[in-house]
Amino acid sequence: MSGSTSMFSMLACLLSREVKLAARRLPDVMTTLFFFVIVVSLFPLGVSPEIETLRTIAPGVVWVAALLASMLALGRLFGEDYRDGTLEQLLLAPQPLSLLVLVKIISHWLVTGAPLVLMSPLLGLQFGLSGEALGVLVATLLLGTPALSLVGAVGAALTLGLRGGGVLLSLLILPLYVPVLIFGAGAVEAVASGLGAGGHISLLAAFLVLALCGAPWVTASALRISLD
Amino acid sequence: MAINWFKYSSPASFYPLAGRLIPWFGILAAILIVIGLYLGFVVAPTDYKQGEAYRIMFIHVPAAWMSMFIYVVMAIYASLALVLKTRLSTMMATAMAPTGAMFTFVALWTGAFWGKPMWGAWWVWDARLTSELILLFLYIGYMSLYAAIDDPRRAARASGLLALVGVVNVPVIYFSVKWWNTLHQGASISFGEAPTMAATMLAAMGVMALGFWMYTIAIVLMRVRCEILERERHSDWVQEMVGRGTHG
Repeated sequence: MSGSTSMFSMLACLLSREVKLAARRLPDVMTTLFFFVIVVSLFPLGVSPEIETLRTIAPGVVWVAALLASMLALGRLFGEDYRDGTLEQLLLAPQPLSLLVLVKIISHWLVTGAPLVLMSPLLGLQFGLSGEALGVLVATLLLGTPALSLVGAVGAALTLGLRGGGVLLSLLILPLYVPVLIFGAGAVEAVASGLGAGGHISLLAAFLVLALCGAPWVTASALRISLD
Repeated sequence: MAINWFKYSSPASFYPLAGRLIPWFGILAAILIVIGLYLGFVVAPTDYKQGEAYRIMFIHVPAAWMSMFIYVVMAIYASLALVLKTRLSTMMATAMAPTGAMFTFVALWTGAFWGKPMWGAWWVWDARLTSELILLFLYIGYMSLYAAIDDPRRAARASGLLALVGVVNVPVIYFSVKWWNTLHQGASISFGEAPTMAATMLAAMGVMALGFWMYTIAIVLMRVRCEILERERHSDWVQEMVGRGTHG
């Protein structure tokens, strides 16, 4: 067997393993999703049930909730594998660690980020967003949540196995999420106020590409530091 | 004459050098800050639009400069530490963080004092204010990560990596916040820096900035000396020096 086929079969194997594990532990996956729904539902209670107000705050609320939900889910990205020793085996594997990390991040996004994207139009409807704004909301979340998972992976790797890792993780990662939040919520808002969302979406996509190039590599170095 | 720069990358030879340099930088800092304050608060003319309140600028602007410079320098040390694996670089990076955070806080605090009389508000969500606030969060994240890891070597490497991620993100954050503000609500308040600044004002600000630099170097060297002692406490030269200190 040549080197490249063995690498791809390894990556495919890792992907199917991750997804299978998540499918066997469906409640874990649902927790993130319901957290997202609950946080969004609290805002009308706290701010005002008036549809005009809700429509203005909707993009920000949905995006902040998505940020928090994806951050809370990061603990599971490497946590389980760290505890049962799988992670050390991955570090020893002949395949490049950054690629393995990328596969882990993708599968993590599939089980935590993608459900948020699918759920978001329903929440947008509750906040009275128009059809066009809903479409943009889904599009920005589709571009933005993978970027969140990628950037978050760096923090998850750095805080692996630390006391109070969860709170520390939020301190490290939330400031880095700022650009995603700004462009994601900004795109929806721009559409709602009659401007085009193209600029915001392009910038969001650029951020995703940047994160895609840098984050797996940095995460791999962080994992090596954490398991040194 | 060829100078062996790497000689001072060893903590054992840097420790006494730092000790000799500290008083010089400390004295320079004190002199420059006194001159700068005198120029800023006594010599510089009253601003025709902002009155006397603008004088906080002589602390505010250099502090804001320092807050950003220090983060970049910290990231440079962190990258040196990751690439060359020099122990001293990691110590320098960790020693800089508290000073950088302090200057960020000073910039925000004096900015609030300046904003109240000028804009009538302690805080506005202006692009520069917001990115400075996020910079403070980055410093705090760096220091918290360092504090959370018990093994100092792992702590230094992990927080160094975080500083590098941060320094890549700082321009992204800065521009995103800037565009957010301009796209979002239009610049209701623009930072009204006078187009032509009196030469004395400029000089006062430059002298203050230099003074802050000297202060930073002095305080970082002091902190790095503590750091060296703490991390090298089991090495022979520290044992020897401490032993000599107690006997002599």
